[in-house]
Amino acid sequence: MGRASRVATGPAMRLDTLAGDVGEWLRGTGPESDIVMSSRVRLARNVAHYPFVSRMSETDRGEVERFLRERIATSPAGSDLEYIDVGRLEEIDRQFLVERQLISREHAEAQGARGVAIDGREQVSLMINEEDHLRIQCMHSGLDLRGAWEQIRSVDEQIGRVVPYAFHDRWGFLTACPTNVGTGIRVSVMLHLPALVITRQIDKVFRSLHKLSLAVRGLYGEGSQAMGDFYQISNQTTLGRTEEEFVEQVGDVVPVLIDYERRARKFLVRETQQNVHDQVSRAFGILRTAQTITAEETMQLLSRVRMGVLLGLIGDVNLADLNSLLVRTQPAHLQKLRGVELDTKDRNIERARYLRRHLEGGPPQN
Amino acid sequence: MKCQQCEKQAVFHITELETGEVREVHLCEDHARAYLNQSGAAEGGEGTSQPTGGALSVGQTADDLATLDRKACPMCGITFFEFRNQGRLGCAHDYVHFEKELEPLISNIHGSTQHAGRTPVREADAAGGALPAATDQFTAVIGLRREMQDAIACEDYEGAREHRDAIRGVEEHWLGGNVRGASQPRRDGARDET
Repeated sequence: MGRASRVATGPAMRLDTLAGDVGEWLRGTGPESDIVMSSRVRLARNVAHYPFVSRMSETDRGEVERFLRERIATSPAGSDLEYIDVGRLEEIDRQFLVERQLISREHAEAQGARGVAIDGREQVSLMINEEDHLRIQCMHSGLDLRGAWEQIRSVDEQIGRVVPYAFHDRWGFLTACPTNVGTGIRVSVMLHLPALVITRQIDKVFRSLHKLSLAVRGLYGEGSQAMGDFYQISNQTTLGRTEEEFVEQVGDVVPVLIDYERRARKFLVRETQQNVHDQVSRAFGILRTAQTITAEETMQLLSRVRMGVLLGLIGDVNLADLNSLLVRTQPAHLQKLRGVELDTKDRNIERARYLRRHLEGGPPQN
Repeated sequence: MKCQQCEKQAVFHITELETGEVREVHLCEDHARAYLNQSGAAEGGEGTSQPTGGALSVGQTADDLATLDRKACPMCGITFFEFRNQGRLGCAHDYVHFEKELEPLISNIHGSTQHAGRTPVREADAAGGALPAATDQFTAVIGLRREMQDAIACEDYEGAREHRDAIRGVEEHWLGGNVRGASQPRRDGARDET
């Protein structure tokens, strides 16, 4: 376990204790949370007086990490945040933060001084020395882009008062990659769209989204494959519009997608109820009885069971518990919950054991 | 962003207009070359499929490109060639130094070349200074830091100290005392002897 030091006042937080719970964004309590898992907004920022991350010397890296850590601590935004020195974490702990979506895979795999400041509810995360010096992220449960934007705007404003952001009148906030320049904003929603996948309408939907300059990715962000019918929809461009317009660009399309998914679910129940019931029951059966199971298969089956619960075909599991299982059956979570390192084979056995225990005997406990 | 064909970084972001539909293609340099050759051949002529983004623009010769590739930022030292290969810029000043070259690329990616969003909220800091509205004063520090390192490498400790003092001057003026030590020379020989 690496060092976890406090940025400012706030409850002490250790990764081991986090493992027994899930972040706010997975509680399944926000608006439209039957389809919209979470709403996320991130801002890319750089300090003006150091080279961008890929051009920094090791010394620069350490200085930027210290500068931002200290400056964030002096701002009101830092008062509720806990700082984790990611550079000193072991691989499993870094992976653990990736699975909770508190840091990116790139940040986990990078070298040198870097860290993340997170709040107790895991809604706010500030990555230092990711692709840019600072990546601010706010994640809310369900469809709440407006709430996530208002929160991140406030955090960014407070940090901007004490950190000299790299900014240009014409190009806006300057970022290491020109694809993020301008607002530096990425607005995304994570959607669960199993019925559109089953009815094979998903490709058509994605083609329409591309025409609207929206990107579609899998559950764990850039370059990742969609797993378990979970998709992230986000803006592709960041320059030439206001932040609110980018929030609206993504926000406007979500009700349409929700409507499509709901219609597809109704269609499945109306036209193929027996088949759908059979599919979700089989999925549930495997999860409750398997002796060894991969993370991918688990995700796929949990996705089907989640749909079954929402369609009223499975009654004895609640949404928050299923959401929680999506994260807790990931490799690093399983190992932290068990308290030992496990190889792939043993992880698959442990995952099956964990699922059997939690799906047979009621809601998951730690 | 990764290349759509391999694991490398995508440095070419091509927008194809096909019968009224817009299609985005993100490729590394190697795959972009193959892609453009392929689409050029398919369209039956040379020069018909220049990337609308990326470093190249219609009418540029190989010599132009070679000269462009050698162009380096005076602050961070990155060459345009390095940027084209990595897809990442070296510092904030690159947006000024390579502005002309970046303009078509940014226009292609975003469909715009003018920021319309928020501006940083600057205010007086603890030391009484106000953070500058532009980043010029700060990006100069990047160049000074590099010159300081060069001076140290040449054992020109007097020069290194001058650079260090200049860096401190900017940082302390704009940022207050909290950054002291952040830009000190990194070898014992260049430390302030007083």
